[in-house]
Amino acid sequence: MNTATSHYPAAPASQGVETRTLCVLVDNEPGVLARVIGLFSGRGYNIDSLTVSETEHEKHLSRITIVTRGTPMVIEQIKNQLDRQVPVHRVVDVTTAGPALQRELAMVKVRGKGEQRVEALRLADAFRARVIDASNESFVFEITGASDKIESFVNLMLPLGLVEVSRTGVVAISRGPEGM
Amino acid sequence: MTDMTGAEMVIQALADQGVEHIFGYPGGAVLPIYDALFQQDKVTHILVRHEQGAVHAAEGYARSTGKVGTVLVTSGPGATNAVTGLTDALCDSIPLVVITGQVPTHLIGNDAFQECDTVGITRPCTKYNYLVKNIADLPRALHEAFHIASSGRPGPVVVDIPKDIQFAKGAYSKPKEFQHRGYRPKVKGDLDKIKTAIDMMAAAKRPLFYTGGGVINSGRAASDLLRELVKLTGFPITSTLMGLGAYPAADRQWLGMLGMHGTWEANWSMHDCDLMIAVGARFDDRITGRLDAFSPGSKKIHIDIDPSSINKNVKADLAIVGDCAHVLEDMVRLWRASAVIPDKKALQAWWEQIGTWRAKNSLAYRNSNEIIKPQYAIQRLYEQTKNRDTYITTEVGQHQMWAAQFYPFQEPNRWMTSGGLGTMGYGLPASVGVQLAHPNSLVVDIAGEASVLMTMQELSTAVQYDLPIKIFILNNRYMGMVRQWQELLHGKRYSHSYTEALPDFVKLAEAYHAHGIRCEHPGDLDEKIREMIEVKKPVLFDCVVDPAENCFPMIPSGRAHNEMLLGDAATRVEDAVTEEGKVMV
Repeated sequence: MNTATSHYPAAPASQGVETRTLCVLVDNEPGVLARVIGLFSGRGYNIDSLTVSETEHEKHLSRITIVTRGTPMVIEQIKNQLDRQVPVHRVVDVTTAGPALQRELAMVKVRGKGEQRVEALRLADAFRARVIDASNESFVFEITGASDKIESFVNLMLPLGLVEVSRTGVVAISRGPEGM
Repeated sequence: MTDMTGAEMVIQALADQGVEHIFGYPGGAVLPIYDALFQQDKVTHILVRHEQGAVHAAEGYARSTGKVGTVLVTSGPGATNAVTGLTDALCDSIPLVVITGQVPTHLIGNDAFQECDTVGITRPCTKYNYLVKNIADLPRALHEAFHIASSGRPGPVVVDIPKDIQFAKGAYSKPKEFQHRGYRPKVKGDLDKIKTAIDMMAAAKRPLFYTGGGVINSGRAASDLLRELVKLTGFPITSTLMGLGAYPAADRQWLGMLGMHGTWEANWSMHDCDLMIAVGARFDDRITGRLDAFSPGSKKIHIDIDPSSINKNVKADLAIVGDCAHVLEDMVRLWRASAVIPDKKALQAWWEQIGTWRAKNSLAYRNSNEIIKPQYAIQRLYEQTKNRDTYITTEVGQHQMWAAQFYPFQEPNRWMTSGGLGTMGYGLPASVGVQLAHPNSLVVDIAGEASVLMTMQELSTAVQYDLPIKIFILNNRYMGMVRQWQELLHGKRYSHSYTEALPDFVKLAEAYHAHGIRCEHPGDLDEKIREMIEVKKPVLFDCVVDPAENCFPMIPSGRAHNEMLLGDAATRVEDAVTEEGKVMV
């Protein structure tokens, strides 16, 4: 946008965009998820994936895992904006904080007959996906792993009669003895 | 522990928090609280004429006292009318607790009469909000609201209370020691970083303090410590619109306000400094102008209580998260203890450079004997009010910038203006709140005729409570700032910025049982301003000013601090801007 006659400064030159996974510990109270999502939509941040569940029942704490994209300055803003929310206890960028594990679970429904069925089963075995439902003409596979592994599996199922996919989104935890 | 109804808890909690005045407007969903208000005399209720006015009045009250401002409104339209005020308070970090009535819990989500999703609507425009669905949670929510509103970076908090909860009975107790389980704002700055800051300051050749509203919010001590540090170091200081008054404008180290309509010396110093010490300021776009040309040669120290303000627009070389007063106290102490010897010679050269910028006399304007120049009107107002105990509020637009330029503030909390949101209609209700908090002081709303019409009905509130506020209208018949931009940037096509049918403000004042004064000649100004001050009633002062006057200096569109334009260079602005990029206002 040219700003020669605007009284707002021009948009900064775009920097490289990075993908980051953030773990956010929050009070499990009504509206807390709306608060977090509202922050992203209101300020124009991206959400690639979001998972949330209560993880400490006695303390009523929930853990939110967000995969987001942005320039380093935007990512820093996202972390700071999350951290200043009243019900937010901690924000950790697991992408940069040290070695971490990131996993996703997907259920993949495939419909087919004959050789296609056999091929689907064979691939599922190679990917260590489990059959959790079967009928004469379909399977539902359960697969766990990093997002790109799930992505590859889903792509392979496409020509074999992929019907639909349900994914949890990424959950993450750091390696080693320390908690967040 | 005492048993009481939810409505009684609201009043008790307000009283326990030391609230003396609450601004509000009754309605169906808050009737139990109004009933409880009626039966007590601890908290005084001020009846406004519109809920937006209630919030602005509470803002004025809070900003001029340092206390939390409080508001009570009903559900649905009561809450939605409060939204502009809430957003204003969030932008300018004003501590408020706003209590809204809600339909009974069993009707929530049912599209009931006067129902709206108050917590949903106010979530992005509050620091925090509550929907209290259980009477047992009410005392904690009310006291937490005050804690959150006033601590850390202050802001507005909404407590939405359904009508059945107001009737419900429960146990009330005032929490003794308050600690939120997750929310713990950091007030002490990191000492190692403060030491680094002192070293950077000692080594600076062209240093500059750039301070903002955070210093005012931090309390009187912060302003005193800032003054001490500025004196100790001998550095120049400039401030944002919101920070005016923290440092006395009469002092020679003061460079005036910076930014889009800031002084030549303030903006050039920002551009050319080698060390910028930002205290409680947030590098807003009105301040920075073109970001890639913003103070290119300086190291930046940024002190702020809100980590999300740091590195948002401008990269800080040294970030200190903490409350201004705490950090400034450490800085003063460390500066004294380390017996720093600043580079006297470099500083002297820097002051000489600043002197040449000052010599530009960037606020100069051509006065007239025939027509009142708005700048002159404010100067006369200042001359007649400077020795009094005066508080100034403003609306938004040209008059606001002229007030900031031509009314020098010597003390904090004397200047109430809508900075971040730029809310036209802020000043009149804000002055109601200020006058209530300071009944024996002179409270003047420097207004524009367009802005003031947005909340004019609050004059009725001022009359009802005998609040002798002075509404000093610089009447140019235009939405002046809009007209200025249309003149300079949109080929003088004055699209809908002229108010063709204005009321007779003198008669309007009389209709409200207030006092009206009209002034059309520069020679009459002093006498009529005196009359305005002496009348012990609310006054509408219709000061008829030059409709063609523009606000200078000005950093034109997308330019840097060193490309600002002066008043007599007005024609150059048109040359400077092209047809391109009229996109963003």
